[in-house]
Amino acid sequence: MLKILRQSPLSARIGLGIVLLNILVAIFAPVIAPYGETTVVGNVWELFSRQFYFGTDHVGRDLFSRMVFGARNTIALAFVTTALSFFIGIVLGFFAATLGGWTDQILSRIIDIIMAFPTLIFALMILSVVGSSVYTLIFTIAVLDSTRVYRLSRAVAMDIEVMEFVEAARLRGEGLWWLMRHEILPNAMPPLVAEFGLRFCFVFLFIAALSFLGLGLQPPTADWGGMVRENAGAITFGIYTPLLPAGAIAFLTVGVNLIVDWFLHIASGLHD
Amino acid sequence: MDKLLEIKDLYIEAWSEERWQTIVNGISLELNRGEVLGLIGESGAGKSTIGLAAMGYTRQGCRLTSGSIKLDGRELFGASQKYLRSIRGTRIAYVAQSAAASFNPSHRVIRQYTEAPVLKGLMSQKEAEQKAVEIYHRLFLPNPEKIGYRYPHELSGGQLQRAMVAMAMSCQPDVIVFDEPTTALDVTTQIEVLAAIKEITETMNKAALYITHDLAVVAQVAHRIMVLRYGDMVELGETREMLKNPKEQYTRDLLSVRTLREEKAETEKEKIILEVKDVEATYTGREKVLQDINVTVRRGRTVALVGESGSGKSTLAKVITGLLPAIKGTITFLGKELHPELRKRDKENLRKMQMIYQMPDTALNPRHRVRTVIGRPLKFYFGMKGQEAEDRIKELLDKIELTPEKYIDRLTTELSGGEKQRICIARALAAEPELIICDEVTSALDQLVAEGILALLQDLQNELHVSYLFITHDLATVKAISDKIVIMLEGRIVEQGGKQEILAPPHHEYTDKLLASVPEMDPDWLDSLLAERASSFI
Amino acid sequence: MKHVFRMVLKRILASVVTILTVSVIIFIGVELLPGDVAETVLGQSATPETVKAFRKELKLDLPPHVRYFTWLRNFVQGDFGNSLANGRSVAGLIGWRFANTIFLAGTAAAIAVPLAVILGILAALYRNSLFDNAISTTTLSFISFPEFFIAYILIAVFSVQFNVFPSLASISPRMGLWEKLYTILLPALTLTCIVTAHMMRQTRAAIINVLASAYIEMADLKGIRRLRIIILHALPNALSPVINVIALNLAYLVVGVVIVEVVFVYPGLGQLLVDSVSKRDLPVVQASGLIFAATYVTLNLLADVLSMLSNPRLRQTH
Repeated sequence: MLKILRQSPLSARIGLGIVLLNILVAIFAPVIAPYGETTVVGNVWELFSRQFYFGTDHVGRDLFSRMVFGARNTIALAFVTTALSFFIGIVLGFFAATLGGWTDQILSRIIDIIMAFPTLIFALMILSVVGSSVYTLIFTIAVLDSTRVYRLSRAVAMDIEVMEFVEAARLRGEGLWWLMRHEILPNAMPPLVAEFGLRFCFVFLFIAALSFLGLGLQPPTADWGGMVRENAGAITFGIYTPLLPAGAIAFLTVGVNLIVDWFLHIASGLHD
Repeated sequence: MDKLLEIKDLYIEAWSEERWQTIVNGISLELNRGEVLGLIGESGAGKSTIGLAAMGYTRQGCRLTSGSIKLDGRELFGASQKYLRSIRGTRIAYVAQSAAASFNPSHRVIRQYTEAPVLKGLMSQKEAEQKAVEIYHRLFLPNPEKIGYRYPHELSGGQLQRAMVAMAMSCQPDVIVFDEPTTALDVTTQIEVLAAIKEITETMNKAALYITHDLAVVAQVAHRIMVLRYGDMVELGETREMLKNPKEQYTRDLLSVRTLREEKAETEKEKIILEVKDVEATYTGREKVLQDINVTVRRGRTVALVGESGSGKSTLAKVITGLLPAIKGTITFLGKELHPELRKRDKENLRKMQMIYQMPDTALNPRHRVRTVIGRPLKFYFGMKGQEAEDRIKELLDKIELTPEKYIDRLTTELSGGEKQRICIARALAAEPELIICDEVTSALDQLVAEGILALLQDLQNELHVSYLFITHDLATVKAISDKIVIMLEGRIVEQGGKQEILAPPHHEYTDKLLASVPEMDPDWLDSLLAERASSFI
Repeated sequence: MKHVFRMVLKRILASVVTILTVSVIIFIGVELLPGDVAETVLGQSATPETVKAFRKELKLDLPPHVRYFTWLRNFVQGDFGNSLANGRSVAGLIGWRFANTIFLAGTAAAIAVPLAVILGILAALYRNSLFDNAISTTTLSFISFPEFFIAYILIAVFSVQFNVFPSLASISPRMGLWEKLYTILLPALTLTCIVTAHMMRQTRAAIINVLASAYIEMADLKGIRRLRIIILHALPNALSPVINVIALNLAYLVVGVVIVEVVFVYPGLGQLLVDSVSKRDLPVVQASGLIFAATYVTLNLLADVLSMLSNPRLRQTH
């Protein structure tokens, strides 16, 4: 593991650095932030200063503190959602691949229909009906996103499933659990890990987009997408405050993508 | 003599495991007009790389390091791309292993023939098409006037391969590089392509490099043979001379005819282990892929199931194991009738029937260690754990001639092809089976490795009295190991009986064709066979 | 040909079924509103009269399947009901906004498609060159950026710093074509950046895949010029995957337009949808959602059909 890390290209190291920095900030948010998440401490849209590193927002809260707390809220939400989406997707995908027949047919047709529908529109419609809360947000996005995970894990499992070592295990009389846990899962790990990175980026951007549209986390909770929306008006005055949270979102996704790229490169056996 | 191609001290490197490694190590060769030089060796010998280098071409990830490649006196090493393009196709042409992949699916076959000559201004489109038809005719393609106007996927493998030989001839090159042109084909189809190649090299007096791993095949077409191993030359000589008295041990090993095993006659004394009776099977529900199948296997005996691709021999294995339930007939194993479906069979029956596969690479889980692979059946069937299992695994590794301490903790990906296949055998043995189904177990392995596996299987049978159902397309293997032979064609059994009975005439018509198509180490074999077939037409 | 025709027909049928299923889901979604729909939606303004009017408006007094078919029939005939927020006909609200959305997406596509395909082919041909690496890094970044980040950067540069393009894309029907194009240039560029990145990466991958085939090596060994190999041997086989990539990205474009419209306050369907979702104006949400879905499904269908038609193996079977 350490050897692979030492051989990693610069881009991957930058990616790792970015992701680590974000995780640390998220974990130690209360320690790092100089002011409270929702405390009003200054005037509206103050510029950068010793007192307010990133200036203040549209109601006079310290932007730096809100960015730090925002990291915590936004990243945690995206992570939990992606994890849930993976759990649903992998379980269903593996079931469909190993059982085949009707289970596979029915599951796949349902997923086809959900996927034939643009995710953002679907999410907007669901949220318009059930309302936006942290739980509905997590659940809706996880379910919608799990369709992609399902497709991939099913395809990967199908590829492994036709291998003779799986047939050998079947002929031995092994049960479904052994097949999924010991024969298929270990071999499906590399593509699934890479996909986790990509899905995380997608979910992260997706939540940011919803928040930006005012349908994600509700104020006064600090989250980056929402902060862009709140401060959007500043830009026409030549104040670039909204670019900071937007940039933070871009920064983290670039970091994750750099790692995924490197990982895919290793997994593909250094071709290309 | 007219020296057409001259390679001197050629070194080629390939990028692998993060560094440049030499894969061709100072090879020199000469090729004269009208001469065929056979390049022979197992995988990794560097023979294809040399063949491509003769055209001044290297695949991605390879590079020419030093040496000289002269075509008709002009240096190709370091020559401009423009010059290389001007000689490729016109002076030196290439015939690849897989015609199916090497024809562009978007264009008609004849258009791919005419492309080079028309482009290089040698003839008009119309002339080129006429020439193509002419050569299709000479290469015995059916319906030569029309066949070229089809798309590649509408031709069979053997037809495509001949169409590619024709394509190589389109600009009347001086030298042709044949890169394993018959390896992907069935034996009966191989004959047709070999006949086409012979027509070109002899009648049209072309020089050729013929690359293959099969000595018997190269003996039919080559005047001289060069034996290669790991990028080094082992031996070079006249074909007849080399076949008669090879100088190097490696060549002798490649040449050694497999010792025929004495057939163990079947007697009523030997218990019948497996009896397949009137079995029929289908994949689609309509078309039957197996019909009227009756086979018996006795204890301690080897039954060889022989047929070409599409004969249904592997399907029969699926039916016996229950992966594809038979729609009619019965399968009796150890005196009891088996349920057609795998899922409904009991553990004891599953244990007593084990399987070994063609591709050891995919037959072993790449994430498992040898300990898990062999240990799992021990635990699953016998509940063995801890020291007891450990001892048994080591005992099994001993049996398959792999040092236990060295191999037990290895990942399966850290093994060579032959070692993997041995582990597969150990996994089967761990279940203490009565019957092992061997599905083409040697066809993915290099010749010498394959011989080792066959010898091991023989020894194990003598020691453990296990029975084998041996599925193969390779008649040499059949001759070497079987007691009884079952010949299949298009889902039916054509003929079956004891080895001597089947191999000695009179044969069934198809058996005859099959047996006659297997190349022999005799350089005159192809000529006499073709002469014989020609005379039988008259 | 007959074979292809059957496949295409089957695919079209599947899309129709999908759209119908989606319409059922949308319809049921509204049914599933927790509590009494009317009171939830109306909130504090729920007096007995308004609730009654509301129920009548949504025809909640009839059994569900009857309501569904009435709704569907009206929908097909272009009658989408009335907005709950202002009582105006939904069809009237949607009409010109949908045209605006198509105009914006179409402009972006007109820039993005040729750009992406050319860049993708060049990157594949000069693989691992400086040019390829530069392009890969740039596109990877664009894929990682949220749409609004690109949008605000463009605004910051082009309307705040240099003041050459407007930051609000407020077009009106009275404008001429050039004036319209000038007004929507920034949102169109934002969309272009994102879509081009995706499309270019996939085009590059498709071409590289084809270039690795044995028949390309064969053509090389026949001594054929590089350019001819690419145009005659690689492109016909790459056509099918590339067309697929283009159509799929157009579908993505139609949806990606939502956020861009909000940023630039562009009077399109996306903006309307977002507004109606926050106001819980269900008839408008239903209608615009279904229109978005139908467009998306149609473009996906187009992708499949075109790639079937351009697949040499399918095309040629006699």
